[in-house]
Amino acid sequence: MPLKLLVTAKRVEDPESRIQVKPDGTGIVTEGVNYKLNPFDEIAVEEALRLEEQHGGEVVVVSIGGARAVTELRAALAMGADRGIHVRHDGPLDPVVVSALLAKVFEQEKPDLAILGKQSIDDDQNQAGQYLAERLGLGQATFASKHDSLESEAEQKRLPGLAVSADGTRVTVVREVDGGVETLEVRLPAVVTTDLRLNKPRFASLPGIMKAKKKEIREIPAASLGVDLTPKVAVRKLAAPPARKGGVKVADVDELVRKLRDEAKAV
Amino acid sequence: MANVLIVAEQHAGHLRKASLHALSAGRELARRTGGRLAAALLGSGIDAAAAELAAHGVEVHVADAAVLEHPLAEAWAPVVADLARATGSTLVGAAATAVAKDVLPRVAARLEAGMATEVVGFGGEGSDLTFRRPMWAGNVLAEVEITTPVKVFTVRPTEFAAAPREGQGELRRAPVAVDAASLRTRHLGFVEVKSARPELTEARTIVAGGRGTKGDFRPVEALADALGAAVGATRAAVDAGWVPNDWQVGQTGKVVAPELYVAAGISGAIQHLAGMKGSRVIVAVNKDPDAPIFQIADYGLVADLFPALPELQAKLR
Ligand SMILES: Cc1cc2nc3c(=O)[nH]c(=O)nc-3n(C[C@H](O)[C@H](O)[C@H](O)COP(=O)(O)OP(=O)(O)OC[C@H]3O[C@@H](n4cnc5c(N)ncnc54)[C@H](O)[C@@H]3O)c2cc1C
Ligand SMILES: Nc1ncnc2c1ncn2[C@@H]1O[C@H](COP(=O)(O)O)[C@@H](O)[C@H]1O
Repeated sequence: MPLKLLVTAKRVEDPESRIQVKPDGTGIVTEGVNYKLNPFDEIAVEEALRLEEQHGGEVVVVSIGGARAVTELRAALAMGADRGIHVRHDGPLDPVVVSALLAKVFEQEKPDLAILGKQSIDDDQNQAGQYLAERLGLGQATFASKHDSLESEAEQKRLPGLAVSADGTRVTVVREVDGGVETLEVRLPAVVTTDLRLNKPRFASLPGIMKAKKKEIREIPAASLGVDLTPKVAVRKLAAPPARKGGVKVADVDELVRKLRDEAKAV
Repeated sequence: MANVLIVAEQHAGHLRKASLHALSAGRELARRTGGRLAAALLGSGIDAAAAELAAHGVEVHVADAAVLEHPLAEAWAPVVADLARATGSTLVGAAATAVAKDVLPRVAARLEAGMATEVVGFGGEGSDLTFRRPMWAGNVLAEVEITTPVKVFTVRPTEFAAAPREGQGELRRAPVAVDAASLRTRHLGFVEVKSARPELTEARTIVAGGRGTKGDFRPVEALADALGAAVGATRAAVDAGWVPNDWQVGQTGKVVAPELYVAAGISGAIQHLAGMKGSRVIVAVNKDPDAPIFQIADYGLVADLFPALPELQAKLR
């Protein structure tokens, strides 16, 4: 059974970038910061592509944000997604608003499965997928992972970690939880969020990048979707966390043991 | 006035310690808002854990039903939301565990609430209440306001003391109106990481290994066992399949704050530091003198971990 897959692609600061708070606490310094597709969303796109390779179907990728979010949509299209939806919105967002907008897109597209990242690495909220599932009255499997490691043969073969039943009615998901690994079965349509160990995302190939330029990206103004666009979580002020002072280098194990005993009293 | 509901968790009949830390956060909130504190416990056959919770002086609403045996977000969310309404709670929170992160956003959606994840502190009083939480892998501390009437949150257990045993709370049965047949989610299995070692988030000492172990965690585990410590790992080690995911420390793994954290063969990426920089004493063993971990370690040893850890183990005896 071919699958229609809806995946999200948020534009975020590169995790390798140095993040600093502006002196007045109103935001972060953006000069010199690179932007990229949220790493968890990259994993979501990869998983959708693997499912499409296995079952056939279509991968639709959606990003909510300002004009520049198109870059991340193109990045997902270059990996192999079929078409993009850009929900154009220039102001601040939170998972309440994001999930409300995604619910509208979901209702228009009617996918079998929505795959989101487990968290945005800028706000680190870890909420949008769960809000979305509740809004739609669907089952969810968050923090999707798999039993095999990222060095395994299954991973080399790019097999999907999510197992969709042959009749396209259910998905089985292995998820990372406290104390171990849980397996859930969820009736489709459903919402899944990705954890880091689900897969190793592919790099876009040069032909992939060229093809992506011609793929469709439909722009939808957020204001046209009939959703309250006021964030419910308002950031009042940002600050640098208390700095941790580096200590000393010790010459050898003997000195380390002495310091741990006499100075730090940690052993 | 805002009443506070803390959703506690149990595992195999025992109250999870993280929930007692969340209870302290709830007490602080009740004080700041002048409201009443209550707790909820969901599951199947959970009387013992409920009694344990009530012995911390809090009224406990016990939702005990077969359909709640596994923490399926779809099944738990309506029960918690109904309880929040029944108790007039406009502040609904829990410890930031995997279960709470899965369930509470759905509760928030049902209550049309905004939510703050991994809260490390509160500010203001009454209607001026704010939540302090890390963003960008802990590079930034944000003060956020939730503007909805109901506010949902998870707290980082390491930032709040465990609530002491004091007084005796009432136990109340909570109604469970979840129809098992209507659920779209089914629990198929759970593979537990069994360990005789202390739990990472509760351990006084942690020995952690990274890619520098090259997959050989024996020296890390041996030192941990000699110290009665828990074992932690970086994402690199987990991804490679060397160790269980449950050992991962960091932005997307566990957040820990032990008395002593020994990082061996770990470079000190910001995503790892996000999970352990609250430790009281940090020791780094790394053969690269320029590894970023040395910038935050109290004691840095530039050495190959394979001879260094066994030597440390022998000399600490
Ligand atoms: C979105 C996102 C989320 C992430 N979340 C997490 C997270 O939660 N937790 C986490 O840990 N990481 C996380 N990461 C990954 C993180 O960025 C780093 O890649 C990872 O922490 C590196 O692990 P490492 O230090 O083991 O490996 P490396 O960076 O490869 O470091 C290995 C170190 O071992 C040293 N070494 C090698 N051999 C020896 C030896 N014989 N003796 C002593 N030292 C030796 C080397 O000098 C080096 O410093 C995340 C990344 C992203 C993008
Ligand atoms: N602006 C956005 N556009 C597209 N997807 C988003 C956006 N914000 C959040 N998401 C998705 O929701 C997931 C969880 O985000 P969060 O709840 O903000 O941590 C992310 O990994 C994305 O997949």
